[in-house]
Amino acid sequence: MAILEVKNIEKHFGNTKVLEDVGFSLEEGKALAIIGSSGSGKTTLLRCLNFLETPDRGTISVKGEVLFDGSAPHAGKEKELRRKRLHFGLVFQSFHLFPQYTALENVMLAEELLAREREGYKRNKRDIQEEIRRHGAELLDRMGLKERMDHYPHQLSGGQQQRVAIARALALKPDILCFDEPTSALDPELTGEVLKVIRSLAQQKTTMVIVTHEMAFARDVADQVIFMDGGVVVEAGESHQVIDHPREERTRQFLSRY
Amino acid sequence: MFWTVTLELLNGLATTFQIFIFTLIFALPLGLLLALGTMNKWKPLRFLLQVLIWVIRGTPLMLQLIIIFYGPGLWLGHNIWKGNEAGRITATVVAFSINYACYFSVIFRGGIEGVPAGQREAGQVLGMTRSQIFFKVTLLQMVKRVVPPLSNEVITLVKDTSLARIIAAYELTFAGYSFMKSAGITWPLFYTGVFYLVFVGLLTLLFNFVEKKLSYFR
Repeated sequence: MAILEVKNIEKHFGNTKVLEDVGFSLEEGKALAIIGSSGSGKTTLLRCLNFLETPDRGTISVKGEVLFDGSAPHAGKEKELRRKRLHFGLVFQSFHLFPQYTALENVMLAEELLAREREGYKRNKRDIQEEIRRHGAELLDRMGLKERMDHYPHQLSGGQQQRVAIARALALKPDILCFDEPTSALDPELTGEVLKVIRSLAQQKTTMVIVTHEMAFARDVADQVIFMDGGVVVEAGESHQVIDHPREERTRQFLSRY
Repeated sequence: MFWTVTLELLNGLATTFQIFIFTLIFALPLGLLLALGTMNKWKPLRFLLQVLIWVIRGTPLMLQLIIIFYGPGLWLGHNIWKGNEAGRITATVVAFSINYACYFSVIFRGGIEGVPAGQREAGQVLGMTRSQIFFKVTLLQMVKRVVPPLSNEVITLVKDTSLARIIAAYELTFAGYSFMKSAGITWPLFYTGVFYLVFVGLLTLLFNFVEKKLSYFR
């Protein structure tokens, strides 16, 4: 059964329709790449999944639970919305690390705040914090940033910052990790180190949705690709098929530029 | 004579300092609340606070002080401020706190709005509550942004305390002026200026220190 099921998503900004009847499903442990030109609605779709935008219509379900239903949008309270959000992690195009915290603190912050709501937090405060610290350090180690844990974001290169952001998103163990053009703010050299990390996450069977302009990367790392244009899904399928042998004329046009 | 003047000026400085410190204690949190209020989703509240800020920033502080000190006595028939020095200082602090909170609120709002939206969104997708995002993410970044404009206002406040003389509070300027009136000597006026300069000098050092403390992040 699919871990993520998105159906009939529709979204307007004022009178402009930015998403129309968008749907897809994703199996656990698979990676999905969303490609398309700027303004095609890719980022908006990703923001809908993370509840940063509210779709006007459609449903979003994770593990069979309907998290969002356009016919009854966000009936729940803030607490409910927060719980739903935690199914998803998001890595932003321009990192958005918290500048006043070190790399390690950035990774630990949300987990610490969440732990405060756990029962018996006060009694086991020290143990819990130690545990969170160990978890954060381990994640940064996996990102190849063992030596950079106590650096502040402005002391890190763009590629290092983005890897911290990936560790931060992984810290809460989301079911689905989303990337919004994770390498668009990086030069080619730094792009490589970030893509390498995402590639290794794919090998470890992390469920991912990746908005990207890196076609070769999408083909090699993603299992499925969807091509969007003008707010609709033009073509969807297995990644090699869509990128190497597109069926639709519009997809072919788009890919010819790469 | 020098010691007599020095002691009198120190006496005036005590009042000046009380007005200064209590105004800050009340106006800083009040300013932050006003700032959050002017960014509230509810339009009527926003409108009301904007009118308040317009009135307070649009009229002289001296006028506000006179109204707050004499108004209650004239309208209610009995003065709510005690007739002694403490009463005058209290009235001054009330007037100053309202006035300065309005100026601070605009600075704070600018500081909060200057924090990129991405910071709040990053907090949101990490499952933080609105208040966690404010206190753990936005607040310190805002503080860093508002230190320079805030230092301007705080330094202005030091000198604005001399307005309390209009309701006969015996603050620093009043003390220096009294020698000119009683003994016809002018040098205490310059000596008074030195007191202000030292006060502001120390504040400048303090603000430089805070700015430096906050320079560990960008």
